[in-house]
Amino acid sequence: MAASVLRVEGITKSFGGVQALKGVNFDIAPGEIHCLAGENGSGKSTLIKVVSGVYEPDAGKIEINGQQFSHLTPKEAIGLGIQVIYQDFSVFPNLTVMENLALNNELMDKRKLMSYKRARAIAGNAVSQIEFDVDLDERVENLSVADRQLIAICRALLQEAKLIIMDEPTSALTKKEVKALFAVIKRLQARGLPILFVSHKLDEVFEISERYTILRSGENVARGNTKELDRKTFVFHMTGRQFEDEFYRPSAAKREPILSVRELSLQGAYSDISFDLSPGEILGVTGLLGSGRTELVETLFGISQPDAGKIFIRGKEVRIKSVKSAIRKGIGYVPSDRLTEGLFLPQSVERNLAITALDRLSDHFGFLRRSAIADMTRKWIGELSIAAKSPALPVWALSGGNQQKVVLARWLANDLSILMLNGPTMGVDIGSKYDIHVLMRELAARGLAIIIVSDDLPEVLACASRILVMRDGAFVQELDPSATTESKLSELSTGIA
Amino acid sequence: MTTTKTADSVRRGRSARDPNLLRLLVMLVFVFVLMTVLRPNQFATMADFNSMMRQFPEYGIMAIGISLTMITGGIDLGVVGTANLSAIVAAKFLIGTVPRGAAPAQVVPYLIIAVLLSLSVGLVCGAFAGMLISRFNIPAILATLGTQQLFTGIAIGITSGRPQSGLPLLYSRIGNMEFFRFVPISFVIFFVVAVGVGIMLSRTRFGTYMYMMGTNPRASRYAGLNNTSITLRTYMISGLLSSVAGLIMMARANSAKADYGAPYTLQCVLIAVLGGINPNGGFGTIGGVTMAILILQFLSSGLNMFNNISNFYRDVIWGGVLILVLVFNKLLSWREERRAVRKSMN
Amino acid sequence: MISLRRITKRSEPYVLAAIILLSLLIQVRSGQFFSGNNLVDLARSLIVPALFSVGCMMVIVSGGIDVSFPAIASLAMYVTDKLLLASNYSGNVILAYAISAGLGLLMGALNGFLIGFLRLPTLVVTLGTSSLYTGLMFGAFSASASDVPPSIAKHGKEILFTATNPTMGLTSNMPSQILILIAVLILAFFLLRYTMLGRGIYAIGGDETAAERAGFNVRGIKMFLYCFVGVLAGITGIARISMMSYADPSTMLGMEMTVIAAVVLGGTRVTGGMGTLTGTILGVALMTILSNSLILIGIPTYWTRVFTGAVIIIGTGVTAHQTISTRRRRAQSQKAAA
Repeated sequence: MAASVLRVEGITKSFGGVQALKGVNFDIAPGEIHCLAGENGSGKSTLIKVVSGVYEPDAGKIEINGQQFSHLTPKEAIGLGIQVIYQDFSVFPNLTVMENLALNNELMDKRKLMSYKRARAIAGNAVSQIEFDVDLDERVENLSVADRQLIAICRALLQEAKLIIMDEPTSALTKKEVKALFAVIKRLQARGLPILFVSHKLDEVFEISERYTILRSGENVARGNTKELDRKTFVFHMTGRQFEDEFYRPSAAKREPILSVRELSLQGAYSDISFDLSPGEILGVTGLLGSGRTELVETLFGISQPDAGKIFIRGKEVRIKSVKSAIRKGIGYVPSDRLTEGLFLPQSVERNLAITALDRLSDHFGFLRRSAIADMTRKWIGELSIAAKSPALPVWALSGGNQQKVVLARWLANDLSILMLNGPTMGVDIGSKYDIHVLMRELAARGLAIIIVSDDLPEVLACASRILVMRDGAFVQELDPSATTESKLSELSTGIA
Repeated sequence: MTTTKTADSVRRGRSARDPNLLRLLVMLVFVFVLMTVLRPNQFATMADFNSMMRQFPEYGIMAIGISLTMITGGIDLGVVGTANLSAIVAAKFLIGTVPRGAAPAQVVPYLIIAVLLSLSVGLVCGAFAGMLISRFNIPAILATLGTQQLFTGIAIGITSGRPQSGLPLLYSRIGNMEFFRFVPISFVIFFVVAVGVGIMLSRTRFGTYMYMMGTNPRASRYAGLNNTSITLRTYMISGLLSSVAGLIMMARANSAKADYGAPYTLQCVLIAVLGGINPNGGFGTIGGVTMAILILQFLSSGLNMFNNISNFYRDVIWGGVLILVLVFNKLLSWREERRAVRKSMN
Repeated sequence: MISLRRITKRSEPYVLAAIILLSLLIQVRSGQFFSGNNLVDLARSLIVPALFSVGCMMVIVSGGIDVSFPAIASLAMYVTDKLLLASNYSGNVILAYAISAGLGLLMGALNGFLIGFLRLPTLVVTLGTSSLYTGLMFGAFSASASDVPPSIAKHGKEILFTATNPTMGLTSNMPSQILILIAVLILAFFLLRYTMLGRGIYAIGGDETAAERAGFNVRGIKMFLYCFVGVLAGITGIARISMMSYADPSTMLGMEMTVIAAVVLGGTRVTGGMGTLTGTILGVALMTILSNSLILIGIPTYWTRVFTGAVIIIGTGVTAHQTISTRRRRAQSQKAAA
């Protein structure tokens, strides 16, 4: 076996008495795609920071291409060809593609003056390396997320990368874009470049990597060849828990639909959408980003107004003029981006929870009924077992899963009859994901009508009682989750067999 | 075990917001004691308290207005323009309609109309700014920079830049009235405004909405809050408070003029920041703002008692205090952050 | 085709169109706008706000905002003036510029330290230092309008040419200070476009964390930026008093708001990362025409502020509208691409 590109042995690192890494070992062979998996807080990011020289480990060795180090500086790490592609890609939205690619090189060369001719040559060379077709003079803010990521990859290549570390590279991509990214990764591999792929999504781990290392609470609990790994073991290593297989069947008794949508259209988003939703059902709406799925549920939530079509609630035609009127009609919505759309991060858990129920929780002069607010908060923290030390804590101090539960609780605290969730478990670790799925099924069993919008196909299959696939703003097909497969769903939503 | 832990962290969670109030209180006491020791015969005498109570309400009320807009994530740089414009409208009305030598009883209805007129001008000015911000999405700092120019411009235009004097005597007599020969009416108005706004912020639904929208306007939209109406109402309150301040200024000067109180804009922003209003929105209390007003009033009144110290040192000290407070807060928050990082590793 | 789309998205053409329309309107109503002396007068009153606007634009591009430059300019020029008067200096005016620039540098460095190193919010910091500097000027130096030393007075009388209006018999002199403005513009253009420092200013305005990771010395760049603004302010102060031939400590105070408005009107993005010198100068020109030439069409001077206010509101409203509609269009095109 060839020598490793990178080998770390017995790395420990603690912060103020807390051990983030407890003697981690792993290695990457030349030209290998290696997956580093683990839940949030398992020590993945700490390990990346040790390898890229941001943190100095307390003990252990780092060996890069045969050279041994007790620790690295960020400069040394870059000099040794270690390139990290962060989740936010670290690009300049206001500058052109050309400058984004060339600036780092110019800085590395310690240049004081900028030559646009040289920059164009550098940038042109970089994009051609991964056959990336892009206008060099376009501003990066006008590009899609996937293109920005490719820019970050090109930039890493420019700096003579010998190892590329990708930190959760697929979290903001659609299925189709993930495919394109994987093709690029394979192309890099073909040129002998090893890649450390950091992820907590098991499908990706299976699809792209050859070997894996799983971290849990700062220890590596499993290493090996991906081929020899199966789903159940993977989940067990990640969480240290065993999970039941998930699926949901509503009670057989067919009830009157609570929500009926007829020929609903919104120009530029979706057209001619009709469906019914009954209490106790979980309707899965899936489709690619841009298929109109988000716009559809946001119309039902009063964010935008449809151009044509009718909406009925309990058989009565309604107009949902604003979010407020949606709430009054018993509709709740958990938006896709928890951090920017769902939560008021620096505000307290209590305020985040009570915000939509304040009309009920205040008297008719608008004065807050504080004890009622406190009672309600306590009740929902208990009911959803939200791990918050105190309702006065800012909500950013909670983990992703608990944050999502706060958003859920906010809606459950209202008298809801329809709950819509957009990407309900995005960026949530497996343990909390499981909890949220269980909760959704419980809620549906209690008679709530639920719509989940998601492109996480296993999730849709596991939770929904009925699946609608959207493509280019229209429903393509309705499916029974027990009689379909992931590949069928993906085929329908992309239109590619 | 668990219960004590929870109680403990509740206390910590609350005190995480309180240190600023505590710091302000310490500063307030320090300034007060310092001035009392340095100028025992002048500072903190009855006469001095009386003159201080006459001075700060006009800018204090505007500072509260600016603070409200800053809590919602904006800023209102148009308060002084609004104050002058509304005062000028009232003054023009009074000068133009009250007959010469009218008996006080005859003047009263005119005064009531003038006050209502001025308050409605304030409301309209605020609504205009609020509309520019919420409907046309102009950044608050620019929209109100524009309204400040516009309102001052209109005030200059309709008066040709001249002071409007010759108000009925009754107006300044009422405006400079003192309860118990000690508490000026302007102070009473300030007190009512501060308590009222404080209650609105901490105890009402609307106050919570202001904080939440100031924290994250996108999330507030998804939570069903009507951002347009919250913004509009906030700037209308700010406009209304400005016109109240304008009426007080008019009573003190016994006239109205387009360029009264020009430096108040910056002073009010400074007071708000010193008082712990987060310039990015979402946090801050009226208690903090009130303490900042008092600190600065003590400082400037105290300094006035030193004959060899020019009045302009007040600017130096205000600027200096602001920067020191910022630096101090920063160092503290760095320490907190480090602690939080350590905690989050737990 | 593509480049045409890029041009219509920028705001310079709109500001230019507004300037042309306004000029034509004034010309038609008064017949005086395009007279030599009016144009020279305009150029003359443009010099000081334009000098300020260059630094102001750079700060806004970096994602900050600075309201202290008039205070820096005033204090720097006033101290320089007093110093030279006290020492009976009668040599070259270069020394006056140098001293004032040096004082500006020191004051700017304080801003730079607080903003770059302590990472304090720029608006609040510069509000504070502004108050500090004006207070020092009026307090410690008990400033009041004062004479200027002979070197500055002589510099003020240097004129490039004189324009005469034949119908009115009015003459206006083009001051030599316009050369300073031209030099500053050339320097700033080179700095912003062709140096890594300048690109760093844009990079910080785009994404500060990314700039740091890419290897830009963010603290250093911010320090440089606020020092540069200070130096520019110091120079502007001397240019101003030499043109007025007396040193009025309050003549520049309060200009920050109109300068910021002009910069934003010229298409500089308030949230940072975007802004051009061309746009900035056009913005300043529009504001200057408004405040100088409305009198030509019979609008009394005391109404000019109404127009300035209206232009700020309309101008920023149009810019805000543009950004929103581009964002929408971008979202739609992304959808189409997906």
